[in-house]
Order: sequence, then C-alpha cells, then structure tokens
Amino acid sequence: MTNSNLSGSPVKALKTVLLVAVVCAVLVSLTAVSLRPLYLANLETERMARLATIARLATIVETLGRVADGMRLEDIEARVVKLEDGTYSDDIDPATYDARRAANDPGKSVDIPPQLDLAGIKRRADHAVVYLIRNSNNRVDALILPVRGVGYQSALYGYLALAADVNEILALKFYEHGETPGLGSRIQDPDWEALWPGNHAFDESGKVSIRVGASAGFAGDRIDGITGATRTITGVDRLVQFWLGDFGFGPYLERIRRGEG
Amino acid sequence: MASKNWNILGTPLVGENPITLQILGICSALAVTTSLDTALVMTIAVTCVLAVSGAAVSLIRNQLPYSVRIIVQITIIASLVIIVDLVLKAYLFEIGKRLSIFVGLIVTNCIVLGRADGFAMRNNVGASILDGIGNGLGYGLILMTVGVIREFFGRGSLFGTQILIPTSQGGGFEPLHIMLLPPSAFFIIACIIWFIRRRRPEQIEKPEFQIRVKAPRTQAGGEG
Repeated sequence: MTNSNLSGSPVKALKTVLLVAVVCAVLVSLTAVSLRPLYLANLETERMARLATIARLATIVETLGRVADGMRLEDIEARVVKLEDGTYSDDIDPATYDARRAANDPGKSVDIPPQLDLAGIKRRADHAVVYLIRNSNNRVDALILPVRGVGYQSALYGYLALAADVNEILALKFYEHGETPGLGSRIQDPDWEALWPGNHAFDESGKVSIRVGASAGFAGDRIDGITGATRTITGVDRLVQFWLGDFGFGPYLERIRRGEG
Repeated sequence: MASKNWNILGTPLVGENPITLQILGICSALAVTTSLDTALVMTIAVTCVLAVSGAAVSLIRNQLPYSVRIIVQITIIASLVIIVDLVLKAYLFEIGKRLSIFVGLIVTNCIVLGRADGFAMRNNVGASILDGIGNGLGYGLILMTVGVIREFFGRGSLFGTQILIPTSQGGGFEPLHIMLLPPSAFFIIACIIWFIRRRRPEQIEKPEFQIRVKAPRTQAGGEG
C-alpha cells in the first residue's frame, strides 16, 4: 500500500511534512496555553508547602526533651543572621526572606571558594534564617540552623538543632531530598535520626569534631553511616562540617558562645 | 472480523508482548516500577501515545513519502508526548514529578516507533488504534506485575497503602531494599520471560549460530 508513494514528488513530500508540523505545533500550543493556569496553580501549592517548612520544625521541638510542655510553634523566634560576621540583620523579615532564591542571586550571595565548599553548594546566601527556642526565663534554650548540601543525586535540605551550650546536638532532620528510596532516603528514618541527639559538635578547642559515617581514628563523636548509602552519608558529613564551620554558621555560633546572641 | 480485532488487541498481551518477546521498552520498565502508581500512570500514558500515534500515522500513511516517514512519525509521537507531559503536570503534579524524565523519554521508547512504523504504516486506522491499545496494555501488564513485586517486597505496600509494617516502624517486615533498585527489575523481567517461554516454547529464539569447538589437530601417528 505504501509503495504507491515511494517515488512521490518532492513538492508533495514537503506539503505533507509541513502539514504535520503545523497540526502538531497547533495542538501542542493549544494544550500548553490551556493547561498553563492549572500548572501554575500546582507550582504555587508546592511553593506554599515549602514556605510551611517552619511547620516541620515542630518535629524537632518534640525531640527537645527539655523544652517546656505546651510549647507552641509560634513560640519559636525566627531571626535573620548575616553569616559573614554572625550578627543579626533585623531589617530583613524572616517570614518573607527566601534563602534558596537568595543563594542564586549574585547580589545576595557569595561564591564559596572551592577548597572550602565541603557541602558542594557552590554559592551561599549572605543571610540565613535561624530559629531560637527560649525557655521560660527568656534565655535561649536551643538554636535551629538551616543546612543544605549535596547527597548522592540530589540536594539535601534540613535543620540542625543545637543546645544552648552551642555544642550538644539536639537533632538533625532533613525535610527535602531526592535520594534513592530505601537507601539514601533512610536519612529520614526515625531510627537514624535517633542517633544524633546527645552528640557533640565541637571539641575543646572549638573545632568541628562531629563526623558522620567516618572510620575510626577521630577523637570526636561519630554518627553511624547507612549501608548502601555511602555517598549520601558523605554528603551529610560534609554539609555538617561546612555549616558548622567558618564559612557557615561559625561566626554566629562564636557570638552566641560569647553571649552576644 | 470481530475475532480478527480481538486478535490485534489480544496477541500483544502475552503472545507477542513488546517487553518479553521483543525486549523493547526495558529502560522505562526498570525506572518507573518501584511503585504501582507510577507504573499505572506510565502504562496509561504509553497506551494513549501508542493508540493516538497509531491512528495519526495510519491516517496519513498514503500521503506520507517513504523517505521522510521516520521524521514525521517522530514529530507526531513527540508532540503527543509533550501533550501527555503537560496534562500530567496539570492534573497529576505529584506523580508527574516522580515520573520526571521518563514521560519525555516515551519518545524514544522503541515500542511506540516500532508500532507506528511496523504496523500503522500498513494498516487502517481502526486496526492501528487497537494495535496501539493492545501493545500499551501488554507493556502495562509487565509493568504492573513488576510494580506489584517491587513495591510489595521493597516497601511492604501496594499503591502506597501499607500492608506489611516494616521493622523500622515496629513491625516484623524487613524491606528488601534491592527491590527498589534497578537490578531487581532486570531479574524480575528475566523470570517473567523465562516463565512465559517455558509455557510457550515457540517464543524461544533459534540460536543464530552454534559454537563449535575446533578439535585440536593431532600429529599423524600421535596418541590421537
């Protein structure tokens, strides 16, 4: 049947091809334009869900044994920290500050020197939103720091909670990642998260000493890795080193230690 | 006529299944079968693309110059895949995100181009639609089978509903993490192919050549 047009004229060929191209283009354009509002609505829902990440802090609050009962999410105080010197930037509203967007904005972020870029994130926003939990005497009881880094095949986003001594770790919780289900994704397992509380982040000299999945030979506290998720764990280890270090929250934590927070 | 139509629809399910007999579409079969909902959505997407592209190619088959047929077929298939992708983004945002690149890769799924060029170019519109649906369902049958096995043993759930409670949550079920990794789909598909070919020996391919061990030449008068 198809043999009849084996030797069809080039004009006829051109006509058919153009017709198919036009019909396809029209169909695709119509679909794209008509479905765009729905797609945008989905993106908006997604963005709202991310804005609600503060709600995920509630699970950290639950793990803080010493936090007074009846504490509500609203009691968490959000402050914007200028990472460079660790001072608060109260002219920025923490509720509207979008750290992820800022990290991609050349005017609001800095390049991380490659040798310091343990977390593999290339750029770091100038500011970060930290959360303070105060006890009944209005003294800071816990600090919650946003952390991010690169795992095996995705970006990891989480919160690291430190006690008032700026050394004891209260929790590390990831709320967003795209790691392999069943392997790297186990960084969200309650079992693994339970390994974190009570470990110490720094040694006596103030250097970062906590390690994740590292082999023996380190003096500091060590968190077990996850079998089959070596690269995810390496990513977690490096992002913790980075965010506790000088280019991360180091200057801020130093101020807190000196009682200037 | 009716029985012929049923044949077109039914043979790709087991008899000429695109995955197990022709070994096509393996890439997506490995990637989207970690859970049943993604496998189901992928099946529906591929079936729609197959049926509509079959109809479209069959409709213009007599106007289609032979020399440019593949490009035109790909144009049609690619347009359909973009439309499917847009529909998923609009109505099934979450699942669409998890299928990610694999919806776009339907374009390069050999089943689709194979049916367009191999069947729709030589048959009328009705038969081409049936053939597309049949092959889509044959593809889906394998996807769903693999999906059931992988999700059940890998997570203890079906369609996201927890059936066995994993040990990490206090239950007695230890998830088989390998089920969530691509190699397990290879093994499962291999077992399905073995099973089908045990039942239907006519599917076993004839060896293309025989390996012959050349006898070592012996010296005359040697031990031999």
